[in-house]
Amino acid sequence: MFEDIGNLFHGFSVVVQPFNLLLMVVGIVLGVIVGVLPGLGGANGVAILLPLTFSMSPTSAIIMLSCIYWGALFGGAITSILFNIPGEPWSVATTFDGYPMAQQGKAGEALTAAFTSSFVGALFAVIMITLVAPLVASFALRFGPPEIFSVYFLAFCSFVGLSKEPPFKTVASMMVGFALGAVGLDQVTGQLRLTFGFESMLGGFDFLIAVIGLFGIGEILLTMEEGLSFRGKAAKISMKVVLKTWMELPKYWMLSLRSCLIGCWMGISPAGATPASFMSYGIAKRISKRGKNFGKGEIEGVIAPETAAHAAGTAALLPMISLGVPGSPTAAVLLGGLLIWGLQPGPLLFVEQKDFVWGLIASMYMGNIVGLIIVLTCVPLFAAILRIPFSVIAPIILVLCAIGAYTVHNNTFDVIMMMVFGVAGYFMKKTNYPLAPMVLAIVLGDKAEEAFRQSLLASQGGLNVFFSNGLVSTIMTLGLIALFWPIIQNTWTRIRGSSPEPRAAE
Amino acid sequence: MSDMMHETGGAGPSHRGVEIGVTIFVALIGLIAVIGSLQVGAGWGSDGPQAGFFPFYIGLSILISSAVNLMHAWNTKGDGKVFATWLQLRQVSSVVVPTTIYVFAIPYIGIYVASIILIAVFMTWLGRYRPQVTLPIAIGMPILVFVIFEKWFLVPLPKGPVEKLLGF
Repeated sequence: MFEDIGNLFHGFSVVVQPFNLLLMVVGIVLGVIVGVLPGLGGANGVAILLPLTFSMSPTSAIIMLSCIYWGALFGGAITSILFNIPGEPWSVATTFDGYPMAQQGKAGEALTAAFTSSFVGALFAVIMITLVAPLVASFALRFGPPEIFSVYFLAFCSFVGLSKEPPFKTVASMMVGFALGAVGLDQVTGQLRLTFGFESMLGGFDFLIAVIGLFGIGEILLTMEEGLSFRGKAAKISMKVVLKTWMELPKYWMLSLRSCLIGCWMGISPAGATPASFMSYGIAKRISKRGKNFGKGEIEGVIAPETAAHAAGTAALLPMISLGVPGSPTAAVLLGGLLIWGLQPGPLLFVEQKDFVWGLIASMYMGNIVGLIIVLTCVPLFAAILRIPFSVIAPIILVLCAIGAYTVHNNTFDVIMMMVFGVAGYFMKKTNYPLAPMVLAIVLGDKAEEAFRQSLLASQGGLNVFFSNGLVSTIMTLGLIALFWPIIQNTWTRIRGSSPEPRAAE
Repeated sequence: MSDMMHETGGAGPSHRGVEIGVTIFVALIGLIAVIGSLQVGAGWGSDGPQAGFFPFYIGLSILISSAVNLMHAWNTKGDGKVFATWLQLRQVSSVVVPTTIYVFAIPYIGIYVASIILIAVFMTWLGRYRPQVTLPIAIGMPILVFVIFEKWFLVPLPKGPVEKLLGF
């Protein structure tokens, strides 16, 4: 424990080096822009900029990239409140009360509340990471292949149990991810598989290309379909409004705490920030005394989703750094970054790469403080970006996506693949196939398969190896419960013979 | 946003049809995975699971879940719900078509020239901007990219004959 605090302070000393501080500010600003623009989100924003970090030290690189992530989390709120356009999926719930507040001329209050809640949510999650991650990692160091596989199993089953999409669509989408991840060289036998003799398939599908295509191009197509016209409210935040709102916020400490807990829980299980924000909003609406005002510009309706979304987005990094299992697509991209920089994600990071891990954790504290200051002071600037017409922004984003896809492997075929993923992403999104499990499956496919095959090797093909001791059985059982959760829930309500509890996410 | 979708209304391909199409497409990926796995061996070799072992079961579960999805999609009454109106689809293809040409042109003419053309086409055609607005952005953005990527971060991007002519 005390050693960890020492490490954290060492991390801070790494982060406050001028070059890293500069990267932090650059990251936050880029992140907010990415979050504000439709078609660019945290995941593909980080994916596009990843190649720029190849020449940096891993610590500097992760500081910049994670700051893009924080910036994107902050940025989503700006568009939701001022333009009624969620820049990110997790800020959809913020539009419900944020935009009405802006219409009533309380944009400043809404933005201050949103940013401050985001900050509180993130801070809560970072403190949790600081305390819990080293413990989880030291525990996970004893994991053998069956335990490692069971963790992956649990992570993927949680998608099925927790996502709003139909369970079989989640399974299908996830399995397509695994199938795409399996293409190319088999890492265990060294054999080529699923390439069907095509040379361009030898390297397999890179998940960064998938991320840029699915989230970047796909999102632009969706935006285009909606025929966006921006009708934004003017934004000015004066210091007076900020202070006034801050005076008011402590009243809602219970709401904040609850939203933080929901966010952390949903973030660690790979459900992610979007369901967390909806769930938090739904519960707040039911519990609050002013529940009836929700949707008409109630400040609580801004605090709840923003706190939860930011807590979830931050908490998603806990399983990524301690277990090597990312909790969100953006965390998956960061994990991909670790691999590219030559670091092995997982519990060993805490032993072998102390500087890196604690630098990352320290940068989460600093990044969110810097982020809060930047967004509070620069809102009009960021809002102005949104006034640039889509017919100017769209081709520029397309060019950036193409550059990002190309620079991953310096390969023009990847750019074509990006376009294929983009069109596929548009259709999948419109027909309710979730994209996040697919991306995570492409990233983790190789590792999950390796753990699976090593376990089977040890047991000579018997599946009982996954129930051979208390730990692995517990994790597997939790996974199975998560997997069959939709069925369990259905049966339960049928047995009780009453109508199902209205789900918070709806 | 959703208000606007209702306002535009109108005809278009049915949601049910597209949903069935997507499901069949997903199932095809599963089928390909199964066939490919069988080609390299999906059983138990002398040194443990063969290369196709894992992807075989992955493919199988895609097929099974697609069968369930197909059943659902088939049994859903469409109620005339459209996937998107023709007008919306035209909007979407006004991005898809130029961008597809763009990505296929990159290997031949390089990313800079292709980007200039893409931005110019977009702004003139969709945004109806005059050339004096379009050209500075269409040319300025790739130059900015060139400076950031090739000069600052030393990341080379694909170049074509025009760049060669300019001596890069």
